[in-house]
Amino acid sequence: MAAIRTPVPGIRNELRHQRVAFVLMAVILAGAPLVVYPLFMMKVMCFALFACAFNLLIGYVGLLSFGHAMFFGMASYVAAHAAKVWGLTPELAILCGTACSALLGFVAGSLAIRRQGIYFAMITLALAQMVFFFCLQVPFTGGEDGIQAVPRGRLFGLIDLTQVGAMYALVLAIFLGGFLLIYRIVHSPFGQILKAIRENESRAISLGYDVDRYKLLAFVLSAALAGLAGATKALVFQLASLTDVHWSMSGEVVLMTLLGGLGTVFGPVVGAAIIISMENYLAQLGAWVTVVQGTIFVICVLAFRRGVIGEVAQWLKKPL
Amino acid sequence: MSEIFGIPSQALFGQLLIGLINGSFYALLSLGLAVIFGLLNIINFTHGAQYMMGAFVAYLLLNKLGLGYWVALAVVPLVVGATGVVIERLMLSRLYKLDHLYGLLLTFGLALIIQGLFRNEYGSSGLPYTMPELLRGGQKLGFMFLPNYRVWVIVASLTVCLATWFVIERTKLGSYLRAATENPALVQAFGINVPRMITLTYGFGVGLAALAGVMAAPIYQVSPQMGGDLIIVVFAVVVIGGMGSIMGSIVTGFGLGLIEGLTKVFYPEASNTVIFIIMAIVLLIRPAGLFGTQK
Repeated sequence: MAAIRTPVPGIRNELRHQRVAFVLMAVILAGAPLVVYPLFMMKVMCFALFACAFNLLIGYVGLLSFGHAMFFGMASYVAAHAAKVWGLTPELAILCGTACSALLGFVAGSLAIRRQGIYFAMITLALAQMVFFFCLQVPFTGGEDGIQAVPRGRLFGLIDLTQVGAMYALVLAIFLGGFLLIYRIVHSPFGQILKAIRENESRAISLGYDVDRYKLLAFVLSAALAGLAGATKALVFQLASLTDVHWSMSGEVVLMTLLGGLGTVFGPVVGAAIIISMENYLAQLGAWVTVVQGTIFVICVLAFRRGVIGEVAQWLKKPL
Repeated sequence: MSEIFGIPSQALFGQLLIGLINGSFYALLSLGLAVIFGLLNIINFTHGAQYMMGAFVAYLLLNKLGLGYWVALAVVPLVVGATGVVIERLMLSRLYKLDHLYGLLLTFGLALIIQGLFRNEYGSSGLPYTMPELLRGGQKLGFMFLPNYRVWVIVASLTVCLATWFVIERTKLGSYLRAATENPALVQAFGINVPRMITLTYGFGVGLAALAGVMAAPIYQVSPQMGGDLIIVVFAVVVIGGMGSIMGSIVTGFGLGLIEGLTKVFYPEASNTVIFIIMAIVLLIRPAGLFGTQK
């Protein structure tokens, strides 16, 4: 994607302000439950991690996946099933969900990376639709009802997660861990190769990189992290439902990332926070939410392609 | 009653007919997508919403203005096509210099807006559209009952598809179009108004979707959601066929409709997913699509 660029992260000094921004974000998230509902903040963090995982693909490899709901939703089903039916502890349930999404990511990724650009988007969308019908038909997902009343259980068999504080701390830890992992991936030699592939795929091939393997690995990582977000969400809301695998969820994560800023480190977090708040406060408007979302899409594409954080970074003249 | 492979022939032929009907819509819609993609390099995500608009405008013409099916068949593609022209002029034309993915995102947003607006106005439940007098009833063929309207849909969409193929592959206008697909700058240098051609092409593709919507109105319920899921199946059809060839889109559309119909008879659980499974297999064997060339 030639139009989506992040400034080259050069010397360590230039990254210092990102560290400051990270600490600021962590402090805000840790203090937020004093001001707003903890459940709302946990939802924001789950979706922020989901959007960050999605951004790993679009922002740094230039691959637009229009089917990321399949990883998010599938992991939430598997985690909910593991916690409720198998009676696993929460950390194992989340792990099961994440592993399942990684596996699904490997299969879907192997197929989708065979085509580029616009076809990649259509293929991921179609595969996600297949997963949606699968979830609709197999008995373990509970069809239209979903899996309800998922027990949160005790973390490591010790900490009771029905207490809001404990659950909040777990979600915060998972979110910050996932965020740092993505940050590390993007700034590693592996991440540099991903960016090289985004900028000029033929050049990367001619330099001897096995482009498909890098793309696949990035895809699996992104899928696993999206799964981590979905599995956590299943425990937070004690619910896994068809909404999480539907294509509109795939569209939503694209919107969050686009609004926050494609290819920025903090953009997806801000985008997720804005979209989730909007849905929360506009919930009584019913179908108008879809109209508003569509309008944001159109405005972002036509006039606001850098996104919120992209604009701020431009203004500060520093990559965020 | 006669049986084929242990299936009553009545059911088998019935499902094959439904398959052909679905195939007609796949063909019409994927043809429109292919024509638009050829010249604009944009995947028109709004296509499903425009198909839905076609059905709704036909419904409104009948119930508000008393204008029947045959008028709708002529008027609706023009009306909805005109909205397409406006969209292209106001929005899409600003994106040609950018990455193609922005076109996908913009048209996705437009689809959300259109579907949301119609859902606000008309609710989620389907509205019935009365079938035109002339095409009611059907023929008894001995082995099955053949409704007239279904025959009409298949024949009409096949005719439209073949006419589109003829115009693009065999006429002078079509040769301009194909040349502009290859090299727009050079075609413009020969004094042909390429931007106008692009606008009209988008309008034409949208018109095709609206036409499919009018034809679908008497068979399916007219509802705001009717295009949402369909467009994803059509995307899979497009991936299977490859967008390089017009004839390819038509053949793939009808073929996959038939396969879907057969699946409904032999293994109904997979009827929703069979097209996606075929897409996965095609990607493994021939990534460029059955009729496509890898660029």
